[in-house]
Amino acid sequence: MNIAENIIRPIGAWGMDVVRSMGHMFIFLLRTIYYTFAPPFKFSLLLKQIRFIGSKSMVVILLTGAFAGMVLALQLFYTLRKFGSEALLSPAIALSLIRELGPVLAALMITGRAGSAIAAEIGIKRITEQIDALVSMALNPFRYLIVPNFVASLIVFPLLAAIFDVVGIFGGYIVAVKLLGLSSGTYFSQIDVFVTMTDIRIGLYKSVSFGMIVSWVCCYKGFYSGYGAEGVSKVTTQAVVLSSVLILIWDYFLGSILL
Amino acid sequence: MIKIKELKKSFGKQQVLKGVNLEIASGELLAVIGMSGGGKSVLLKHLIGLLKPDSGEILINGRNIVSMNQEDLDEIRSMVGVLFQGGALFDSMTVYENVSFPLKEKTKMNREDIDVRALSALEDVGLSGMGHKYPAEISGGMRKRVGLARALISEPSVVLFDEPTTGLDPITLNSIHRLIKSTQKKHGFTGVIISHELPEIFDIADRVAVIHQGTIVQSGPSDEIRNSTDPLVQQFISGGQAGPIKTIS
Repeated sequence: MNIAENIIRPIGAWGMDVVRSMGHMFIFLLRTIYYTFAPPFKFSLLLKQIRFIGSKSMVVILLTGAFAGMVLALQLFYTLRKFGSEALLSPAIALSLIRELGPVLAALMITGRAGSAIAAEIGIKRITEQIDALVSMALNPFRYLIVPNFVASLIVFPLLAAIFDVVGIFGGYIVAVKLLGLSSGTYFSQIDVFVTMTDIRIGLYKSVSFGMIVSWVCCYKGFYSGYGAEGVSKVTTQAVVLSSVLILIWDYFLGSILL
Repeated sequence: MIKIKELKKSFGKQQVLKGVNLEIASGELLAVIGMSGGGKSVLLKHLIGLLKPDSGEILINGRNIVSMNQEDLDEIRSMVGVLFQGGALFDSMTVYENVSFPLKEKTKMNREDIDVRALSALEDVGLSGMGHKYPAEISGGMRKRVGLARALISEPSVVLFDEPTTGLDPITLNSIHRLIKSTQKKHGFTGVIISHELPEIFDIADRVAVIHQGTIVQSGPSDEIRNSTDPLVQQFISGGQAGPIKTIS
């Protein structure tokens, strides 16, 4: 009896905790969406966050995009050569990047670069009572801290994913054409033949939804940060890990639906 | 003006407020003193609606803020200024931006008028010419003064001070106390100060309430509390080791 109780009770308590946290997070998302459409809008804060998330993530996006394209070109070239299908190299690179790797890798990079910073910044505002100060002035912290990050992410994620795709395709071009000797004309003409607007749309849907996930998770974790430096560091780690896991899980489900 | 009735609050199994009853008259400066962990800051956070009590009432101008909707609560908050423990200045804004922020966001004043008010508020707290600095570039005492200027700029009728002098040297501590007293006289607001500073707090507060383990042990005029015969109050004021308050052995 005692053993069963000792095993079942903690599991039950854990389960309740998980459900409670999920409900809490979902309510947070609903509030964020509500305040996104409820004026007054804070455009200057939105522009600031677009700059923070967007331009400051640019270098890491350019680097990872270029090398992702180059690695794809290298690996796919040797695989396709076995079947004599080297001409299909560029569509394979472009489709992999546009439909899958661009949105996913860009989202993971932005999570590491900006998502962690968002969680830490909001967490610090929580522990230094800056959020309480806003509330005490009868100002809604969602308007000042959450909505600008949320909307900025919805705008910036697809743009950075698009940049990631373009840079990746050019990275693939350098390896395929300059190093492996594929014809330049073949490389670009095959992309034009195989890549459709549907593929681009799928990539766009994915990156917008990743933007929503990352800003939601990182803002939520920061907003309900624990006490002290340890509390902030803990929620920052949780924000990055949870965002990254959710990106990959959501990518699979969205990919299955949109395929 | 402020009436607290049977206020109770627990965090998990720990009951922090065990039925607090307190009245604060309009225009008076009340100090709440007591041991660390006695529920002082929790009580203050209830007065601005940052925490919801488990039971009890908080009446401000006769209106119970506990059962209020968000809109009415915001209306009450608009007439309350708060000086937080660490100042709670917005770290991405300059001193000037911090002070002018409530006017910029909550009123339709034009830029020139905001400028005049913000610069005057900074002058009142002795920080003229510091408006361009960021909170990280100024001292703890200055941060508290900026916080005070920000709390007062909207000319609130109630101001709450959460340990406004904790961690400051004696000279800065006294200057902050004098500043609070002089601004209270000038603006005539009702003030509640949470403090550990004894005996200095008796010199600026009109009345003092002693909170211990979640209940108000005694409240009354400063001199009455200073000369209290209650052994618990006396032990706390004198910092004695012997008495009803358990100390670290």
